[in-house]
Amino acid sequence: MPLIEFENVSFKYGDSENYAIKDINLKIDEGEFILLTGSTGCGKTTLIRCVNGLIPHFHQGVLEGKITVNGYLTTEQTVAFLSTIVGVVFQNPENQLVSLNVLRELAFGPENMGLPREEINNRINETAEKLELKHLLDKTPIELSGGEQQRVAIASALTLKPKILLLDEPTANLDPKSAKMIIELLGALNKALNLTIIVIEHRLELLMDYVKRVILMEHGRIIADGRPAEVLYSDEAERSGVNIPRLIRVFKKLKQSGVNLIFNPVTISEGVDALKVMSRC
Amino acid sequence: MLEVINVSYTYPSGDTALKNVSLKISDGELVAIMGPNGAGKSTLVKHFNGLLKPSKGKVLVDGVNTTNMTVAELSRKVGFVFQNADHQLFAETVEKEIEFTLKNLGLHENLEELKVKALEDFDLIKYRDKSPFSLSGGERKRVALASVLCANPKTIILDEPTAGQDLVQKNNLLELIRRFHSEGKTVVIVSHDVEFIVDINPRIITLVNGEILCDGDVQDVLANKMILEYSSLTPAQITEFAWRICEELKPLPNNIITVDQLIEALKTHIIGGSL
Repeated sequence: MPLIEFENVSFKYGDSENYAIKDINLKIDEGEFILLTGSTGCGKTTLIRCVNGLIPHFHQGVLEGKITVNGYLTTEQTVAFLSTIVGVVFQNPENQLVSLNVLRELAFGPENMGLPREEINNRINETAEKLELKHLLDKTPIELSGGEQQRVAIASALTLKPKILLLDEPTANLDPKSAKMIIELLGALNKALNLTIIVIEHRLELLMDYVKRVILMEHGRIIADGRPAEVLYSDEAERSGVNIPRLIRVFKKLKQSGVNLIFNPVTISEGVDALKVMSRC
Repeated sequence: MLEVINVSYTYPSGDTALKNVSLKISDGELVAIMGPNGAGKSTLVKHFNGLLKPSKGKVLVDGVNTTNMTVAELSRKVGFVFQNADHQLFAETVEKEIEFTLKNLGLHENLEELKVKALEDFDLIKYRDKSPFSLSGGERKRVALASVLCANPKTIILDEPTAGQDLVQKNNLLELIRRFHSEGKTVVIVSHDVEFIVDINPRIITLVNGEILCDGDVQDVLANKMILEYSSLTPAQITEFAWRICEELKPLPNNIITVDQLIEALKTHIIGGSL
């Protein structure tokens, strides 16, 4: 059974005449690491709001079809219950961090779940260690750098031990080095915990070393879904106006000028390998 | 013309953000200020519109010392667009947002004309009666730009204009910046976005720990491993790819930063035979 399943799902927000997402069919297995992309307004954020139940419980509107998460129909569960299965991290950590210090921030979720004190402490320690936050536990969020704030936001989602982590443009406000570190962290969490991760990101090249699947949306529909090499070399990707990594643009142009490629490289290492093969011909 | 002469700036908290910085930006120049977080980039550009006044040294805008000018006087000459549009917008409607700037700067006479021009320039006519906060992130950015640029300042400062923007929005910004440049405006961009900066092709000044590390063109700075490292910048994917090819395959020219440059180099040095 897939961990997440959408069957013929469409949704329009209460005040809107148009569907934000339309006819979505999607199966996601446990342990997948997925890049969800498409131009602004294509329905990415709406799609992930369906996974954690904010749609239809918080954002009112017309929901059609069926969404199942870990075997539960999202329409029949509360957002609070779903939050123990699905963690969410937003673009702007300053909007998400609510507590006076990092320790309180990490305790917030498990305390709300009503877990025993000992269990709460265990989870905080475990998560703080894994995400290298131990030295920051008594800091207030505003004393932290953007990258550290985003690490705290991820950690506080993980203290609920979710199976799924959704991230909506987690690196949008970070400098390139911090952005790279956050994506590396996600790659490590995906491997170590078999955590299922869906990340919305415009800077696709950051994720190429980690994701095995790319879902591309346009006007509320999924227009391509597959391995990065399939999706990012497709005409749909070109047409949709997503920021195709420049390495891929190089190989696409080489192909157009008649160079024979035996595979479509998406990472720098693959690019070097492809050139090695070509230079031997 | 913007002149920064031996400027140091220390925040009330005691943190020194700029240390004896000197630079000159001529009219019509396109300049990017790059460097790690906390290097002093925002502190530097806030001196250009008088939001900050130097602790030591002086800043001259068109020859006048900023300590002798009010922020209102300066903002007619220097428009400042913040990274986060939400920190800047507050009015009930898009139209009022723009009117506020014009009234504040005393531009009452041709207010209507300037307002409509700004709404048109940024494709906001259809949103004129809407609340800025009901618009999408990209649209709010356009409102923020319009509300600063309606007064037609000679110098425009953009703080991280591409943060959180998708390709379509980035291309719109690119076009806009090129338009300002062709109109002879001075444009100063604070940015981490190496690929965007490659496309704009400006003069680049990198700041590290409150000091200028280097001042050069795109090739000098963004293809130089040592400068990138000291400035905590990550190379463009193309540049990193070119370096890896040099290490593992064959030497290539060491200043590759664009897709076309790399294709040219590959055709010449590596895959000439397979074409």
